[in-house]
Amino acid sequence: MLLAVELDSGTIAWMLTSTALVLLMTPGLALFYGGQARSKSVLNMMMMVFSTCATVGVLWVIVGYSLAFGDDVGGGLLGNPGQYFMLSSLLSETVQTDGLPDVAFVAFQAMFAILTVGLIAGAAADRMKFNSWMVFSLLWATLVYFPIAHWVFDLDAGWIANGIGAVDFAGGTAVHINAGTAALVLCIVLGKRRGWPREAMRPHNLTMVMLGAGLLWFGWFGFNAGSAAVANFAATYAFLNTVVATCTAICGWLIIEQIRDGKATSLGAASGIVAGLVAITPACAAVTPLGAMAIGFIAGIACAYGVGLKYKLGFDDSFDVVGVHLVGGLVGTLLIGFFAWDGAPAAASGVFYGGGWAQLGIQAIAAVAVIAYSGIVTAIIALIVKAIMGLRVDDDSEAAGVDEGEHAESGYDFSSLRSGGGGLGSSHSTLSAPTQVTATAGKEG
Amino acid sequence: MKMVTAIIKPFVLEDVKGALEQLGVLGMTVSEVQGYGRQKGHTEVYRGAEYSVDFVPKVRIEVVTDDTAAEKVVDAIAETARTGKIGDGKVWVTPVETVVRVRTGERGADAL
Repeated sequence: MLLAVELDSGTIAWMLTSTALVLLMTPGLALFYGGQARSKSVLNMMMMVFSTCATVGVLWVIVGYSLAFGDDVGGGLLGNPGQYFMLSSLLSETVQTDGLPDVAFVAFQAMFAILTVGLIAGAAADRMKFNSWMVFSLLWATLVYFPIAHWVFDLDAGWIANGIGAVDFAGGTAVHINAGTAALVLCIVLGKRRGWPREAMRPHNLTMVMLGAGLLWFGWFGFNAGSAAVANFAATYAFLNTVVATCTAICGWLIIEQIRDGKATSLGAASGIVAGLVAITPACAAVTPLGAMAIGFIAGIACAYGVGLKYKLGFDDSFDVVGVHLVGGLVGTLLIGFFAWDGAPAAASGVFYGGGWAQLGIQAIAAVAVIAYSGIVTAIIALIVKAIMGLRVDDDSEAAGVDEGEHAESGYDFSSLRSGGGGLGSSHSTLSAPTQVTATAGKEG
Repeated sequence: MKMVTAIIKPFVLEDVKGALEQLGVLGMTVSEVQGYGRQKGHTEVYRGAEYSVDFVPKVRIEVVTDDTAAEKVVDAIAETARTGKIGDGKVWVTPVETVVRVRTGERGADAL
């Protein structure tokens, strides 16, 4: 018997908006990472991020949504992979949850899958074969992201969300700890860039980095507040916390830089934004605005130190996926155990609000489980791809720039010789900056 | 004829150019270069990691003059570019065998 369908126009409008917002995070991330690359590898970095739409987006329709949100087939570990093949069983007005057609939720969660794989790319800059990255993306999404998304985002069946009752509103574990762990493993299997860490390899375009951070923040409202999956109080609550935690994270990061390095940097401000957003992602519906500000501030400080780990331990995590996403994800996930307030939509109680240590223990189990699973399976995938197709471009290609080597392009064609000659007149050198002549002209006149 | 080559700090370029114009020097070539002398490089701290910056940005000026003017050009550059601080640069003179003006084919001092 067919029931009357009650769709909620407010919820539909908000979730479609959120979906578009989260999509924007992928180009935002491409700018954020691309600006941190050297000028000879900016396009490859942006392509690694954008290409996840081509791999993971397609995979999502075939098997991804089923693995993540299909009926549970193994104690909260996996969804039924054949359930929503090509999404054909969802294409009806009557297939809806809380007034939202499931097709909208499919699109919303597709953006999460695409972005999570893109996050890993930042650890593999300047040196990875593009084809190998594409294959790695497909395998990693299938074997790592989709199962973990089922654990965390399937609120009725996932063992982390439903089984043990961990609080992870928008993906501190499934997205950030997961991608951060995978980034660590991938960059170790891949090896260091030639010359790292002896050469500085500083970002080539920090205006791009800051624009990217701004777009990430903008898109993150869809990521966090959209994770309510309805237009309700929880969405507005998550939205507010996504503002305030990010603000204090910038403070935390810049204060550490000022004390440690003597200068507050624009890369620090941009990274602080991302660190705050990462940390509040799991916690945005579980803590008060004061708690959100504390989590953001602590994340800013922890991640500012976290990005130094790679120099101490010697892994070339090029653009600090570990220092920001793994560390920030852990900060947010674990601090829920302290700052969770039972009046918030997530209704959990942490140590500071009379809940005792139980929630902290649950949060830790969730974090450790994701690190362990992601770490082991990522290592297996990376080693298999390395054995079969190789992971690294050859030395000449890496030295000349992976943009030319892998894509036959360069991000900035300033050389007139290369682009066909005849254009030497428009130099980009600082020497040719015009000097002011009006003052002398006035004297002579 | 002589070629005067000078390596100077970038921010004194405009002053040096003005001084050479005063002397009647009609042309010059400048380029952005990097290097070090006894000044050596320095270290920088960025994102918690310390780097040594070995090559410092400088400007190279090249002026071809007749033999008599070379000494004045050297003096003008040295005086104008001097700040008294470490890293002010160097000026040197080398002999030039011949010069051709491409447009007219003039040779030697006429081509300057």
